[in-house]
Amino acid sequence: MENNFIIDNEYLSAAAIEKKHRLETDPSSRTDHMQYMEGMEAITSDVRSEVMAHFDSYDYTRYTAADVRAALERENCTVEDFKALLSPAAEPFLEEMARRARLETSRHFGNTVYMFTPLYIANYCENYCVYCGFNCYNHIRRMKLDMSQIEHEMKVIADSGMEEILILTGESRAKSDVRYIGEACKLARKYFKNVGLEIYPVNTDEYAYLHSCGADYVTVFQETYDNVKYETLHLMGHKRVWPYRFEAQERALMGGMRGVAFSALLGLSDFRKDALATGLHAYYLQRKYPAAEISLSCPRLRPIINNDKINPLDVGERQLCQVLCAYRIFLPFAGITVSSRESAKFRNGIVRIAATKVSAGVSTGIGDHESKYTGKKAQGEEGDEQFEINDSRSLESMYDDMTQEGLQPVLNDYIDV
Amino acid sequence: MENQDKLILGGREFSSRFILGSGKYSMKLIQAAVQDAGAEIITLAVRRANTKEQENILDYIPKGVTLLPNTSGARTAEEAVRIARLARELGCGDFIKIEIMRDTKYLLPDNQATIRATEKLAGEGFVVLPYMYPDLNVARDLVSAGAAAVMPLASPIGSNRGLATRDFIKILIDEIDLPIIVDAGIGKPSQACEAMEMGAAAVMANTALATAGNLTLMASAFRQAIEAGRKAYLSGLGRVLVRGASSSDPLTGFLGE
Repeated sequence: MENNFIIDNEYLSAAAIEKKHRLETDPSSRTDHMQYMEGMEAITSDVRSEVMAHFDSYDYTRYTAADVRAALERENCTVEDFKALLSPAAEPFLEEMARRARLETSRHFGNTVYMFTPLYIANYCENYCVYCGFNCYNHIRRMKLDMSQIEHEMKVIADSGMEEILILTGESRAKSDVRYIGEACKLARKYFKNVGLEIYPVNTDEYAYLHSCGADYVTVFQETYDNVKYETLHLMGHKRVWPYRFEAQERALMGGMRGVAFSALLGLSDFRKDALATGLHAYYLQRKYPAAEISLSCPRLRPIINNDKINPLDVGERQLCQVLCAYRIFLPFAGITVSSRESAKFRNGIVRIAATKVSAGVSTGIGDHESKYTGKKAQGEEGDEQFEINDSRSLESMYDDMTQEGLQPVLNDYIDV
Repeated sequence: MENQDKLILGGREFSSRFILGSGKYSMKLIQAAVQDAGAEIITLAVRRANTKEQENILDYIPKGVTLLPNTSGARTAEEAVRIARLARELGCGDFIKIEIMRDTKYLLPDNQATIRATEKLAGEGFVVLPYMYPDLNVARDLVSAGAAAVMPLASPIGSNRGLATRDFIKILIDEIDLPIIVDAGIGKPSQACEAMEMGAAAVMANTALATAGNLTLMASAFRQAIEAGRKAYLSGLGRVLVRGASSSDPLTGFLGE
């Protein structure tokens, strides 16, 4: 079964509806997703071909229980072992994988768990990505915060005790240009120790500029590494260009960022192959840039406004746990973030096994932190959410719950050098 | 009887030869760990102390314990120098453990950059304890640069694999006149004991405690192992017979008066 992502709404003009339908039904009306668009920097790198050679040849049905056992017994997990751990043959070994993952996590991170919160500053988007609540054809309340509104949001968040922030925008250069995002980073550095970005991919010089404004960590979700499937999900806009997105982390590191984060959106395509590519993308880039801090996320599809049926299909909690354990065993030193897309129960459990970072006090809407944090009625307008979150715990309750799990919450482990 | 065997670092005397890491377990356990380890020196990451948190790791470290802030997060000598200065501003004192890593996977120290940072910080009056890969030439350069001790790694950080670099650490112990403090990779009290028997001046551990089932019990086990190893070293270890080496028919029997 597949998700039905395609929805119309009554607010679109006849011309817009016609274009939308054409994009959805006629592949020839869509641009070549493997061609860079004007202004997109092309870099020379082997990382993509290395990752995709494994992705293309990965047949997870040929791994056996013996391969999984061997992988779990080996001290340093090889790429082949990683493939075995992601295969269906590893499913009966989930408990053993969790035990090994837990040991690796404790060796590298002790019992610490890091906390952060995302701040969406704009939800305008020029792309038509069929599964995303921000997609340009979805009828939602759009909003872009100005600097005083951003500062207000940051104050509210900082007052809650948070020290690390992840700034997000919809993917619209026209509405949220690099200067605008840079100004937001400068403001963020006044209130937070650590500033990360999750924005549309940009060129190396733009990453360098954003780094100079105070951002030091860049997250880009590849969504799916299956570029054929990708083409059918990202029908219009800059985001459609798959290779430019793939190379974003490398450009960020070339621009001076300290760390980068990787992810596939599990549920869009074959999750085992996507998880393999995500891990290998991080692995090969860290080999090329050994000083880079790397981390992985593992989002699963969630319902969006106007389409509450979207779900992660065959990626159940056991499968997600398997992926996370495999990530941890293969990349013991990597950070692993589990977002509020997952339930409180799942997050409480997974931080004891593999995850090292959780979000708290989360809103994926625009300009609504005060109303969500304090219950105070909003002074101004608010923009709609990108997706429905599952775990709405505040920083305070997350802090307490993590402590209850025997973990040491850490709000800052960063120093600006 | 009072312990006359002191570890001297930066002109300060310490009775304990166990340096305790603090970054991998709950802050609430620090006090108990310090107590059960009998530790007088505790390391902390400046980047963890650099916080607005209500709960600052600095607040958990018992009074009277010497802080050994580290420069983790530094990728260059310049970054390490800046972090050291920040440590001083934060009130962490003049001790600094230099950690410079250009590799996030193994966290192996950059020896060359460490020499440069040591020279700079020793010149600024810091008591510099550089974490290094055990290399005699580098250790000599660190002495010349003004280090107060040398901290060679036993095996990769967090690996709990013990004295993988045993022979090279022994060379440093034999050749370098500064205290040699074995850092990183010590996973069991027996390994700490062996390092001390070899003549290490002190041992540092963090992950070994954090991954133990009972942290404070393990802290006390380390304390005893380090004390035992030290006593064995001071007493002079007995000769170990090597098979075939003790001939009953002397090779020099032919020699005349």
